Amino acid sequence: MNKQIIIDGEVVTYRPGQTLIQAARESGIYIPHLCYQPGYHAIGSCRVCMVKVNGRWASACTTLAAEGQVIDNRTLEVDAHRKQIVQMLFVEGNHYCPYCEKSGECDLQATAYELNMQEDHFQHLYPHRSLDTSHAEVWLDRDRCILCGLCVQASAEQDNKHLFTLGGRGTATQLLVNSSSGQLGETNISAADEAVAVCPVGALMKKQSIYSRRSGERTYDKTPISKLEFKA
Amino acid sequence: MSKAKLKILTSSLAGCFGCHMSLLDMDERWLELADLVELVRSPLVDTRSQSRCDIGLIEGGLCNEENIHLLLEFREQCKILVAVGACAINGGVPALRNRYSVADCLEAVYLHGLNVTQPQIPSDAELPLLTDKVYPLQEWVKVDYSLPGCPPPADAFFQLISALHDGREPDLNYVNRHFD
Ligand code: SF4
Ligand code: SF4
Repeated sequence: MNKQIIIDGEVVTYRPGQTLIQAARESGIYIPHLCYQPGYHAIGSCRVCMVKVNGRWASACTTLAAEGQVIDNRTLEVDAHRKQIVQMLFVEGNHYCPYCEKSGECDLQATAYELNMQEDHFQHLYPHRSLDTSHAEVWLDRDRCILCGLCVQASAEQDNKHLFTLGGRGTATQLLVNSSSGQLGETNISAADEAVAVCPVGALMKKQSIYSRRSGERTYDKTPISKLEFKA
Repeated sequence: MSKAKLKILTSSLAGCFGCHMSLLDMDERWLELADLVELVRSPLVDTRSQSRCDIGLIEGGLCNEENIHLLLEFREQCKILVAVGACAINGGVPALRNRYSVADCLEAVYLHGLNVTQPQIPSDAELPLLTDKVYPLQEWVKVDYSLPGCPPPADAFFQLISALHDGREPDLNYVNRHFD
């Protein structure tokens, strides 16, 4: 039998075992998210999907739906916290959207637009991160990596290649490549890999396919990510 | 409706003047704005008034000591200070030098640069000293509003200025809220 929770005043049905974000998606309710993508295990690391469950903060991708939950999702308070988290993701990397090949197609940027973020608020760290252009088809720009871990999962479970892992601690955490030189060029990654397709930002990119759509015609140019989530 | 005209200051610091071009891109809407605002200090006009302004539209980040002195002066002079464009907001393209030291940058250009015939690092006293890195405005002064974009669309300037003139809280609609 279906059970019910309440999200922003709306009754949402769920099946036991579903997380809040899964239940919400099935009812066409958008909860902002970056490191969670449907079809992947939730690791609850980006914190963008934080909601208030009966007054307490919880990540919607890792919290199971349960009877009696009343959830704040798109309230001013919750979205204000989310915006700060996204701002931290921006200052923690080097995000130069004006020339980034992912601009207009990027989930991080689109989430910033969704949350009406207009500036970065925090002090910029301008970290020194390395760029790997050693592979013929794919490049890795760590300046833009948000350490979501999606490529790690995709490469291991869908591509069966185990090419990536997250290494280091705190602000020194970075995406590592599984080859003796640590370079992509030595791996058998291909532009068709799910690991490349799933990257929500401009960190893992296919070579020779960049700037293929004009500004104004790209995915998020006119339509917010919250509206596109449930299209098709 | 004879509200006093808003006094506006504009300036380009470590920017490319592209945001100013976008400001001009309002085309005939400037005729409408002419009744609402007056440019009192700007590279677009000849006057350089030091008197108090309502709005300062600042393009570009901070790459040298002169930029910082000017910004502090603008902050004093303006009731509302607006960071205009990607460079003012996060340093933008000039901030790409933040991964190198100033010495490395100067040497790469003036000692080892292509076609350099008399290698020397410029040191004329007239030249403003470069800052250790390129800073966004908000890391030196309080910024009241930001117009993202590279450049922000002409429409975004219009939305901001007309809201401030009418005493409304400025907001950007979705298509004017772009980072590129
Ligand atoms: S990855 Fe996204 S947020 Fe980062 S620079 Fe590129 S478009 Fe901007
Ligand atoms: S490269 Fe992309 S998918 Fe992989 S961790 Fe970084 S942001 Fe996530």
